[in-house]
Amino acid sequence: MLRHLGALGFLLFWLLAASGITLYIRFDTSVAGAYQSIGELEWWFGGLLRSMHRYAADAFVIVVLAHLIRELAAGRFRGFRAFSWISGVPLVWLMYASGIVGYWLVWDTRAQFSALATAEWLYGAGIGAEPMARNFLGAEQISDRLFSLFVFLHIGLPLALLAGMWVHVQRLGRPATVAPRALALGAIALLALLALAQPVVSQARWDPGAVPSTVSIDWFLQFAHPLMYATSPAALWALALGATALLVALPWLARRPRLMPAVVSAENCNGCGRCVADCPYEAVRLVGRRAEVLAERCAACGICAGACPSATPFRSVAELVSGIDLPDFTVHDLRRKLQAVLPADEVLFSCEKSGAGGIALRCLAQLPPSFVEYALRQGARSVRAIGCRDGACKWRLGMELSAERFAGAREPHLRANVRATRLDDATTFALR
Amino acid sequence: MKQALRIAAQLALYVPLMALIGYFSSAPKFSPVGAHEALVRLSFVHAAPRKAPCRERSAEELARLAPNMRAALDCPRERAPLLVELELDGKLVLRRVVLPVGFKGDGNATLYHRLPVPAGKHRIAVRLRERPGEGFDYVREETVELAPGRVLLIDFVATQGGFLFRL
Repeated sequence: MLRHLGALGFLLFWLLAASGITLYIRFDTSVAGAYQSIGELEWWFGGLLRSMHRYAADAFVIVVLAHLIRELAAGRFRGFRAFSWISGVPLVWLMYASGIVGYWLVWDTRAQFSALATAEWLYGAGIGAEPMARNFLGAEQISDRLFSLFVFLHIGLPLALLAGMWVHVQRLGRPATVAPRALALGAIALLALLALAQPVVSQARWDPGAVPSTVSIDWFLQFAHPLMYATSPAALWALALGATALLVALPWLARRPRLMPAVVSAENCNGCGRCVADCPYEAVRLVGRRAEVLAERCAACGICAGACPSATPFRSVAELVSGIDLPDFTVHDLRRKLQAVLPADEVLFSCEKSGAGGIALRCLAQLPPSFVEYALRQGARSVRAIGCRDGACKWRLGMELSAERFAGAREPHLRANVRATRLDDATTFALR
Repeated sequence: MKQALRIAAQLALYVPLMALIGYFSSAPKFSPVGAHEALVRLSFVHAAPRKAPCRERSAEELARLAPNMRAALDCPRERAPLLVELELDGKLVLRRVVLPVGFKGDGNATLYHRLPVPAGKHRIAVRLRERPGEGFDYVREETVELAPGRVLLIDFVATQGGFLFRL
């Protein structure tokens, strides 16, 4: 599950959109009818959808925050990942804004508490020519037009969130926006079970003349309201803006020396586009019939070198130069390292992160499959390739791409005269 | 076997997660005010008079202006700040100078203040000064009975005579 947090976020977003659109058909966007229209939802369909909508919103918060913490803990926010990191920060604001406004539509005392708390917070920053809270103070101030605004916000903010999510994955090759089927079905089933076990209910109807002594609040989405009353609107603004500024500045604050980006050899590049297709960070593009590396996006994982058809050790040249390569770890270096261990009973290729030893590669997908055949033909009885443990590739797609290449499903593929047997993170090769 | 273990491990993670969502989506309850408290909200939007009255421009002044700018009256836009005081049972609980909005200080002055108070009978006085000088232009003093959980809204509408108390 932890490897699919981003995809789970997309799944929950679509679940929220689908349930929200269905509920909107039944929703009466008027002061007089809103509360009642929600109360009239039958438990087995509308009520179930409403509960799933709420719980999916809470799960969305958990998944997004877990995704953020996981990427932070793994250091995946600096350098070539800065774009994805920074573009994710406003999504947190949009997520909370979408969720908080959604509560106002219910028009119960929780909505009243949340709307007024938000208005007081905005007033604390001087936002708006008039205090927004004045819209909620008396029955005469509250009109159906206000509901049109709520609905507009509850549709517009999630649409802005979706647009932001699209931008967020723009620098990723093959972004994982679809959760594995078992995970998706399991998540939806569990949310439905929770909705059945504990259906969501409205609180008392919004009463402008009353202030409830206790409110059931959603602590995932509305935690900021109690926090503001425990401190002050100014303190909450300082916390929110400070945290945002810190997250945005993190790629610069925690900057590290970068690995040398890949380079293209114009004489050896035939413009086949395999490196473009395989780059996990959209850092390679074709210009005319030549590949071009966008250095600021390059992770220096070497996956492009592993995809290059000219990166074959069988070439009878003294200096093996491939169409695209890492300047500090070339395929020529790789061939030299391989030749140094041959002849050998077993040759082991592994990615650095696995720590499995043998010939260490920056990523297993840096290994062109022809190197496996080369080792076998040069006397190795077997060749093994070990990638990142539990498939969690440091460079996102390394395990997936190398598996497809070894299985003959992706270029450059392993030739048919080599048999590949995969067991967990390791693949063993032998000549047929 | 391994697959079954994986599913069991996933369930062991998901079920507490769902329980966590189920609980914190509506609990524990939060108390915006105490059980025996009521709330006073003082909120208004009011445009104070201009700081200075309009004056007639002299012929020389008009001549110096571009032809399309030659308005006979020069009316400064800036409004005076408001001074607001709220007194509860003889004790001053709010005294604030409220500035008009806008770059030229020519907009409305707005105030929103939230004050939880013990439920029961209270003597509430509210005062507003909208012109430079001493004293107050608008004053209202009332004794109100506030039940627990009720809200007293104090608004200000100059055309209706000043402060309005709404329970």
